[in-house]
Amino acid sequence: MSGGNYKTEDGRQIGGTLMEMKNITLRFGGVVAISDISFDIHEGEIRAIIGPNGAGKSSMLNVISGFYHPQDGEVWFRGERRPTMKPYQVAKQGIARTFQNIALFNGMSVLDNVMTGRLTHMESGLFSQAIWRGKAEREEVENREAVEKIIDFLEIQAIRKTPVGRLPYGLKKRVELARALAAEPKLLLLDEPMAGMNVEEKEDMSRFILDVNDEFGTTIALIEHDMGVVMDLSDRVVVMDYGKKIGDGTPDEVRNNQEVIDAYLGVSHD
Amino acid sequence: MAPTSTAAAQLETIPQLLERNVARYGTKAAYREKEFGIWQSWTWSQAAQEIDALAFGLLKLGVNEGDHIAIIGRNRPYMYWAMVAAQKCGAVPVPLYQDAVAEEIAYVLDHCGARFVIAQDQEQVDKVFEVQDKLNNLEHMIYLDPRGMRKYDHSKLTRYQKLQEQGLAAKAELGAELDARMDHQNADTTCVMLYTSGTTGRPKGVVLSNRNVVETSKNSSEFDDLKPGDEILAYLPMAWVGDFIFSIGQAYWTGFCVNCPESPDTMHSDLREIGPTYYFAPPRVFETQLTNVMIRMEDAGRFKQWLFHHFMAHAKKVGPDLLDGKSVSFGDKLKYKLGDLLVFGPLKNTLGFSRVRVGYTAGEAIGPEIFDFYRSLGINLKQLYGQTEACVFITQQPDGEVRSDTVGVASPGVELKIAENGEVFYRSPGVFVEYFKNAESTADTKDKEGWVATGDAGFIEDGSGHLRIIDRAKDVGKMADGALFAPKYVENKLKFFPNVLEAVVFGNGRDRCAAFINIDLTAVGNWAERNNIAYSSYQELAGHPQVLATIQAHVEEVNASVAQDPMLAGCQIHRFLVLHKQLDADDGELTRTLKVRRRIIEEKYADLINALYDGSEHVSTETEVTYEDGRKGAIKATLELRDAKVFSPVKMAAE
Repeated sequence: MSGGNYKTEDGRQIGGTLMEMKNITLRFGGVVAISDISFDIHEGEIRAIIGPNGAGKSSMLNVISGFYHPQDGEVWFRGERRPTMKPYQVAKQGIARTFQNIALFNGMSVLDNVMTGRLTHMESGLFSQAIWRGKAEREEVENREAVEKIIDFLEIQAIRKTPVGRLPYGLKKRVELARALAAEPKLLLLDEPMAGMNVEEKEDMSRFILDVNDEFGTTIALIEHDMGVVMDLSDRVVVMDYGKKIGDGTPDEVRNNQEVIDAYLGVSHD
Repeated sequence: MAPTSTAAAQLETIPQLLERNVARYGTKAAYREKEFGIWQSWTWSQAAQEIDALAFGLLKLGVNEGDHIAIIGRNRPYMYWAMVAAQKCGAVPVPLYQDAVAEEIAYVLDHCGARFVIAQDQEQVDKVFEVQDKLNNLEHMIYLDPRGMRKYDHSKLTRYQKLQEQGLAAKAELGAELDARMDHQNADTTCVMLYTSGTTGRPKGVVLSNRNVVETSKNSSEFDDLKPGDEILAYLPMAWVGDFIFSIGQAYWTGFCVNCPESPDTMHSDLREIGPTYYFAPPRVFETQLTNVMIRMEDAGRFKQWLFHHFMAHAKKVGPDLLDGKSVSFGDKLKYKLGDLLVFGPLKNTLGFSRVRVGYTAGEAIGPEIFDFYRSLGINLKQLYGQTEACVFITQQPDGEVRSDTVGVASPGVELKIAENGEVFYRSPGVFVEYFKNAESTADTKDKEGWVATGDAGFIEDGSGHLRIIDRAKDVGKMADGALFAPKYVENKLKFFPNVLEAVVFGNGRDRCAAFINIDLTAVGNWAERNNIAYSSYQELAGHPQVLATIQAHVEEVNASVAQDPMLAGCQIHRFLVLHKQLDADDGELTRTLKVRRRIIEEKYADLINALYDGSEHVSTETEVTYEDGRKGAIKATLELRDAKVFSPVKMAAE
């Protein structure tokens, strides 16, 4: 299955390995959240992580984003082994994420929220930001332009100046995606991007995910519960259950995997 | 025809007007569009360069004189340039409604035999692809926004900017050809073909010549003294004749600037930023804005509410008189000034009307309260009456003679006559050439002497000479007892209530009238919120007993007012129901310009109409709905039917 460097049916170029998880084990005290899992993510692909509740999916995403540090195993990113890092260092490397429970600044406008996504692209110091001359001003203009392109891309122009707290759920999710995109990530992590959405919002979100992948060539790893969405969107799927990997492959392969079917439908113990 | 002088001969067509504007206003802004949060602008010279580049590109693609080029998209400078570029090549632009579903587009593209389509984005391109099997003439599509189309087969697809590059590259070899094409054009060359939305039957392609468009634009611009430096916001569908006349005809004639909003959702904030001086909106837009203002005022603090109502009452008293230049006492003037400082000014600014010098509304009757509200703020809002077949203008209200119940006097160059059955006829330089490939309809509508039937019944008021429209001529009917039945008249009265979005009255050939009513979700939803009434869907809210009671009160109020008019007293509504779904253009119940399609509604809801007349108290029904993407679903509902009190006609009561 692995290997990469192929063209998908719809003509997208999938590159070599971008990220590789090698034998990851994550424990919280006596609880084993993730046990000895390995998988890789190819450049340009949409990779889904699925599994029943409590399977360890979000923990896995948190390992990738540097929030959790696994007790065993190695994380390889762009051909290099990643030392233990703080999440902001990981973000600087080009990994951005959205959260399962929206984590935006409620009192700030959409524009300001998305601008925070540009933080890793700003270098001027506190002092020059405060007097806002020269480099700080130039940077702001450049970053604002990048942000406006994303606002245009995600069609949220009408709420540019609206405080995030006043927005409905579906739009908040979109703003979160905008903020993650503003960082111009190599790898974008989406934690249940469609949770709690209605059909129309899901369709919109699916289209945005595909367009992001297509337009910016961003590699995407996502966790999602809606099987229809996962099977339609992703190129390859990792299936987890009780912290173990029980399947890995194309949506078709995974769909026909007996272990996966058992995990999802339950199996009789007689 | 009298020979035209050489000077005028150069101003017979839109492309010629463009050349004049480049020479005269070259460095002034011709187009603006908000993109990436900033207003981007193009001067007349820059716009002409863009148009030329595209025209060369079209020539390179093989556009012939007389070809039809369909243009589908929202108001963007690029789309307007596409129209003028097509005209430069001697082709005929055919703008289509961007929200039309694939079958509607298929019909129009097939009917006009378009060889080329210029589409705004993937959505529009996909719609055309969906139906391309039926289109034998279609050769090539041009698209503006490349998003999502990277992987499309580009053998019959070119990006707008790329076509412009190709055109510029071939400028040297094609220059002479483009000049020759321009030389072939004169006032009789077709300027544009617009499909009418058609309240009945298939849309018809209205062919408008350059003479139609340029003459009408000249007359109407002079009527309202439009000048270079005026600003309009182009936000109404490009396929609608009004947008073509305002944003191309008048804009090119006078040389004013056309502003395009960032997206349909940002229209109101963009309006506010631009502050247009010349503005058009259908009554519905004014209604919605007023409803929003009122809703927000109800949430305001007590002092602000008092301030608002106090000064608005004063404005109602003296505002219209001030606008009409009538004499007003010094004290009243002073108080109005104060009101302007505290209330009207900020309110106009919020609405984006601070600079409006000429505002028009048309298409439907506007509620007198709504009309007066805007006029009392000092906004010069007027009414006009028009049609695609007339290049919009038939009648309009001159400054100082503005009333909510008339549509004004004949526009310059327009003659009016009223037929025996009450139907209004007109004749003007703007009268269309023909319906494309439909000689029969052309003959039905336009007689040998050039008089055109409007299909509307009306009369010219004694004294003022203003035209008053009663209803569609074919909708005016007779009740079983021979009394006049004018549904629109009653519906409009109902629609003046903020809670009522739409109403359809039945009763032709029957002994009593009955009505369907659509609630306005914004107004009723806000009311529900303030009264702690929970609802989970439109359907539930529409069926709520308290909502029904409110609507019943409205209906009875309308009945009381209808009873005042002895001629129309028979049109009082005896029974009504509140519909479980909003009437929708996607379901074919409204036209794309949001006019009610009576026949279709009568067929579709025959069960509900029967129930209204057979006396039952409840009716269960199932209705098919079409979603925006063309899929269909069904909603089931049980509706309550209610009787409304009717009043005996005033005359009889007096006896």
